[in-house]
Amino acid sequence: MSAARGPQAEARAPARPVLSLRGITKRFGPLIANDDIGFEVAPGEIVALLGENGAGKTTLMNIIFGHYVADEGEVSVAGPDGALAPLPPGSAEAALRAGVGMVHQHFTLAENLTAFENIVLGTESLWRLSYGGGGARARVEAIAASSGLDVDLDAPVSRLSVGEKQRVEILKALYRDARVLILDEPTAVLTPQEADGLAATVRALAARGLAVIFISHKLAEVVALCHRILVLRGGRLVADRAAAGCDRATLADLMVGRSIEVTRTPRRPGGPPVLVLDHASADGERGRGALREASLVVHGGEIVGVAGVSGNGQGALAALVAGLAAPRSGRLEVLGGTIRAADPAAMVRRGVGRIPEDRHREGSIGRMSIAENLMLESVRDGAFQRLGFIRRRAAREHAEEAIAAFDVRCPGPDAPIRLLSGGNMQKVILARALERSPMLILANQPTRGLDVAATADVHRRLIAARDRGAGVLLISEDLDEIFVLADRIAAIHHGRLTPSFATETLDTRAVGLMMAGHDPTTQEPEFETAGGRAP
Amino acid sequence: MTATLDILANPSFWAAALRIATPLIFGVLGALLCERAGVLNLGIEGIFVAGAMAGWLSVYLGLSLWGGVAVAALTGAAFGLLHAILTVPLGLSQHVTGIGVTLLATSMSYFGYRVAFPSVTSPPRITPFQPLDPGPLRAIPVLGEVLAQQTALTWLAIGLVVVLGYVLARTPLGLALRACGDNPAAVESQGLSVTALRMGAVMAGSALMALGGAFLTMSAFNAFFFGMIGGRGWVCIALTVFASWRPGKALLGALLFGAFDAFQVRLQTVSGGVAPSQVFLMVPYALSILALLLVARRADYPRALMQPYFRGQR
Repeated sequence: MSAARGPQAEARAPARPVLSLRGITKRFGPLIANDDIGFEVAPGEIVALLGENGAGKTTLMNIIFGHYVADEGEVSVAGPDGALAPLPPGSAEAALRAGVGMVHQHFTLAENLTAFENIVLGTESLWRLSYGGGGARARVEAIAASSGLDVDLDAPVSRLSVGEKQRVEILKALYRDARVLILDEPTAVLTPQEADGLAATVRALAARGLAVIFISHKLAEVVALCHRILVLRGGRLVADRAAAGCDRATLADLMVGRSIEVTRTPRRPGGPPVLVLDHASADGERGRGALREASLVVHGGEIVGVAGVSGNGQGALAALVAGLAAPRSGRLEVLGGTIRAADPAAMVRRGVGRIPEDRHREGSIGRMSIAENLMLESVRDGAFQRLGFIRRRAAREHAEEAIAAFDVRCPGPDAPIRLLSGGNMQKVILARALERSPMLILANQPTRGLDVAATADVHRRLIAARDRGAGVLLISEDLDEIFVLADRIAAIHHGRLTPSFATETLDTRAVGLMMAGHDPTTQEPEFETAGGRAP
Repeated sequence: MTATLDILANPSFWAAALRIATPLIFGVLGALLCERAGVLNLGIEGIFVAGAMAGWLSVYLGLSLWGGVAVAALTGAAFGLLHAILTVPLGLSQHVTGIGVTLLATSMSYFGYRVAFPSVTSPPRITPFQPLDPGPLRAIPVLGEVLAQQTALTWLAIGLVVVLGYVLARTPLGLALRACGDNPAAVESQGLSVTALRMGAVMAGSALMALGGAFLTMSAFNAFFFGMIGGRGWVCIALTVFASWRPGKALLGALLFGAFDAFQVRLQTVSGGVAPSQVFLMVPYALSILALLLVARRADYPRALMQPYFRGQR
């Protein structure tokens, strides 16, 4: 237990706890994932659990939810009478029965069933002759209405939006009379407006006595929404304090254990255009996520951020710039040349550095070594091959230099890249993309899944590349990232790109509206009328 | 052309089509049950052989016909258990395991047959199922005549189409099985055991496959021959895709294949000299491939098919 518990926390948790953890320790071989963690959560309390990747958040939640068995310690949940009873370890069913509900980051919904079917799944005996009888339907509808979780219950889940799927997940937990609700990075997939809706729902549920554990690494929303903040670092609980009075910088330092600051230098305008899209259209994967008549210019020496919820055409846009696809109509100009056919190798030769969205699937070949992955884009160069034979020594030396320059933590250049952590894998990909001094850099979700320190490193490198005169096209779902990095911001919605605006002229709300398909410039007057004048 | 019409107008043609379709109905139902839960069962061909052999042998050794059916189903379930243990909790490759089960079940059946009958020139015979009187349905023109030629096992197959269709669509068990084949994590998150559901589905599905084999030795014929299954199991795997994993469409697909096969036999007798008989034998398979080409391109496979699931892993 930490000594850092604030006085407000004491004042706010007078009720008997509904969930209590004591001395939870979990080891994986030599690694201690959870080290003597203990805390309590009271009914109606919203508790944030903060921590970097690898801090032990997921392990802890998996122990509460019965997926893992703790080596030491005990999880207790209050029964209906309010008395704490220990939870039998290693049983998800027991956790569900005791009233612990969890909404995972990756939804656990069967897409071929309807929302209603997903909610009643597993709540009745398998041997009954029909499901959803005995007033189940009325109960689900009543819960949905009273908690403001608006969902079309009869639609197949595959046709629901991300926000709706999340509401179904919460309904699943409430239908099982959850008294503790664990939300694992719930806003990572939502637009700012959807996230606001979720926050309102969480507040309403907590007001009715539900205890909520809110896992996140978005510091701003945590401070705004939660009553109490727990911080995990290296498997240990390093802080347990009231949210009131916490600021982002302190929390970030607590999470990382040292100060992380990305300094953003003002851009130097006037570079030549390095990427020109002129009413360019491109097909998406399987007919979804196509790009429609997008126009955008990226100059050397600036970072242009494209904000949007995933699946709105970012994939098609990235494929165009990466050389994986050619525009179906419209014009695409890269570094002064017009692109008519898809040719990824030519794109690299032209001077485009590519950081793909999925570093496991597109960015690297897991079984190949770091050295081999580093030369994937330049394997035909004389430096790495002679008469079709790989020059192993040159490749190795080159890899050792890159490992040193980009501070890749790894066993050595011959280690298979799949053994690296996400952050180190991304450093290898950055090294491969940046060492050729590209003048146009495509950064597609460059920090997804990375922890604070690795994210800061990626950000620093992208800013350095910009300062060297390169143009950066940054595609990201993380608005914080876009605001930290981008000089200009455009949004993508249903395959259409909005015009771009200078970052200083925008705020999160405006970009949120752009992401939802509104033009922020036409929305402005509406805000004014809301201020007083009658419409 | 008139020859074709003559064939199609004859009730005996449709009776043969339904008879040929029966083992396929069992097989497709079994395969789709396994696949709906997320497990591909390529042991089907061998399980057909084992069911045919076990059912027939039990009757030959003195058990009743229905006793033989029960033995066949249990044999199928036993091989299903083997496949399930290897693919569900152990998560091995379902392709490789399935083919292994087929080789094992086939060889064990042949071996058992040779041990039981070391030196016979003509295969020993049993008294098979006899056609069942369809009662008042007999009065229906054409259909009555077709049904009057069918045995109890065909009626069982048709009944199982209805039962399985209902279970999958309407019951909590069906919901859980369908969810297992789409996203096992959804099942686990609701406190159900993916392992138990998948293993149960594979065992039940394999029992159904074995009934298809038993039909051949105990109703269509009255003896066991080597090579008598002749790829029917593989046809069922293809028909499962054709049926989009729906029992009703499975019945349709099996009947279509049965009709092709019955048609081919009759075409041989009508226009025998035109082409070698092998060409005619090919007809149902060629037509099946054609039908699959039209349907399977749009096939909506269960999303989690062939993906092993381990608890607590994402």
